[in-house]
Amino acid sequence: MSLLLSNVTKKFGEHVAVNKLNLEIPDSELFGFLGGNGAGKTTTFRMILGLLDQTAGEITWNGESINYHKSHLIGYLPEERGLYPKLKVKEQLIYLGKLRGMTKQSALTELKKWLDRFQIPNYIDKKVEELSKGNQQKIQFISAVIHRPKLLILDEPFSGLDPINVEMLKEAVIDIKESGTSVVFSSHQMSHVEELCENICILRDGTAVVEGNIKEIKRSFGKKNVRIVSDESIDFLQDVNGVLSFKRRNDGCELQISDEQVSQEILSKLAGNGFIRKFELEEPSLNDIFIEKVGENYE
Amino acid sequence: MNNFWIVLSHTYFSRLKSKAFIISTLIILLFLVGVANLQSIIQIFTGEDDTEKVLVIDEPGQLFTPLESGVSHVDEDIELILYEKSVEKGKTAVQEGEFDALLVLELDENNLPIATYYENNASFSFIEATLEQQLQQIKTTIAAEQAGFDEATIESIYEQVAFEKIALDEDTKTEEELNQARGIVYVMLFVLYMAVIIYGQMIAMDVATEKSSRVMEILISSASPVTHMFAKIIGIALLGLTQIILFFVVGYSLMSSKINTLSGEFFEVFGFSQGSISIYLYAILFFILGYFLYATIAAMLGSLVSRVEDVQQLLMPMVMLIVIAFIIAMVGSGMPEAKFITITSFIPFFTPMIMFLRIGMLDVPIWEVILSVGILVGTIILLAILGARIYRGGVLMYGPSRTLKDFKKAFMLTKKEK
Repeated sequence: MSLLLSNVTKKFGEHVAVNKLNLEIPDSELFGFLGGNGAGKTTTFRMILGLLDQTAGEITWNGESINYHKSHLIGYLPEERGLYPKLKVKEQLIYLGKLRGMTKQSALTELKKWLDRFQIPNYIDKKVEELSKGNQQKIQFISAVIHRPKLLILDEPFSGLDPINVEMLKEAVIDIKESGTSVVFSSHQMSHVEELCENICILRDGTAVVEGNIKEIKRSFGKKNVRIVSDESIDFLQDVNGVLSFKRRNDGCELQISDEQVSQEILSKLAGNGFIRKFELEEPSLNDIFIEKVGENYE
Repeated sequence: MNNFWIVLSHTYFSRLKSKAFIISTLIILLFLVGVANLQSIIQIFTGEDDTEKVLVIDEPGQLFTPLESGVSHVDEDIELILYEKSVEKGKTAVQEGEFDALLVLELDENNLPIATYYENNASFSFIEATLEQQLQQIKTTIAAEQAGFDEATIESIYEQVAFEKIALDEDTKTEEELNQARGIVYVMLFVLYMAVIIYGQMIAMDVATEKSSRVMEILISSASPVTHMFAKIIGIALLGLTQIILFFVVGYSLMSSKINTLSGEFFEVFGFSQGSISIYLYAILFFILGYFLYATIAAMLGSLVSRVEDVQQLLMPMVMLIVIAFIIAMVGSGMPEAKFITITSFIPFFTPMIMFLRIGMLDVPIWEVILSVGILVGTIILLAILGARIYRGGVLMYGPSRTLKDFKKAFMLTKKEK
């Protein structure tokens, strides 16, 4: 029971948008999809949904290809948000719910439940164009999940929301995952991915550069961060072998080191060099990994 | 298939309930009612005053009676009043607006009538023409009598010649049938023309609106673009049907309540009263095929634009096609046997109008009908397949779109590369 992409390639003419992508996304899992702009995330989603045909490779879900007979099991929040501006929230979601195989009554019940949860129950009879952008986005999110899909694809679900709404949506996503739905989502915000996902995939120019369990990725990344808070000047540390980068902070510094052993060397050098308030060995953040893997492209 | 009905009914009902649709339908209905009651409306505005009062000074004293009886036969709205006073007083009465005109009748040296006509302005009017015509007849009669013809001879001179037309080819349509056909052909051409322009635009607009509001991506992730496109085309078709049926029912009931009064002549000329079933069936067949042909093109074009404002521009070629078809059909209705009519009736974009025109006006061999319908259906299927692919690609394409290149781009987007 999983979503499987094997050797999926998509070409637009000469341009390779997605290159030999292999992914396995198990059930009841939040899967994070990272990548810079134009890395191929949306194209991949569109291929999963069958909106675009892949040039090569295979996409299966529970061993079968995805087609319109399964559309009631799939939810989709596109990156380009869009609803009928002139339709009322109610009409809109009943229509979209029906297209996903719901009855009018069940769509209405679910809609009310969601609106209550998002604390906007009075918007049910409002036209979408009258809502604020954040609230439109909540409606859009409801349209993706109203039919309780088994596979949910969210393209940049948190962009453009204030922190309170982000939290609200995050909780909703987690609940949906807990109920047994596979959720695939993309984001620019590393912290969201780090917080929500067990497994991720980082795309660069259509190729997966990092893929797998976040903890393992971090561990195997090798490089670690060292955070030091000290009263004395510790600038000499940048010359230590194995220190890759050195960032001065107002109360000390942050170092990136090539592996764990280097930290011990630094520690010994620090000894007897003034008062050390804090010495911490940190796992690399997803941000570091992302910049490392994707950023070099931009250099 | 289920989604097909959901999209169809959504298209149908959301349009049906829209203010624009209700208002435009009401306006057209009002217009229909207005046209049907045109006579009464004109009467309201012109009131009692619509009889033209003409003073007549009949100096010889023998011309007034035949003139009055002649005029009253032709036009009841002209009232002739015998005037006994002087010409000068008569002129003053006309100038004061009491009467519309003054006619002074005299006899010349040959005892033939001569007339002088006084009116406030010298512009040509139908009263003048009627009076002149009637006087001419009186003069002819007098002159003939003076020449010694008896009344029977005069009558026989004026009798119309017997002129009967008989077509030797037994299959040709009779004059009556032709009139009937012409009426139906005109109505069908006009309705098809309007339907393609109005509903074609509606389809393209609908698609473009869904695309520009970006709801399209959700829609086509739920229902296939092909389902979506055809549901849209048929949904709008049903909407159009609703509107047309409404117009026909209202129009027909209005007309039939008036049929004995004013519109009787119109209906007889156009031969609506008697009917042959086959021409109606052909009308329906060609209407439906014509609609689908152009609706498919409209949906395809609609899927290519990303802004609603661009719809008009992209629809231009399609509108031009139907305008050309309409013009050819109008020209052809005068000479249905012309070579170019025969040829154009096989060009699928023109077939619905021109082949129907030929069927109505001529006896077209059945194989020609079947061939043209075959070509038409083939073209529709081809366009539907092509349209579905372009639609699928087009709805995902954004950016300025007004070139032919977009067709190719949209087409390639859905292409599977080997």
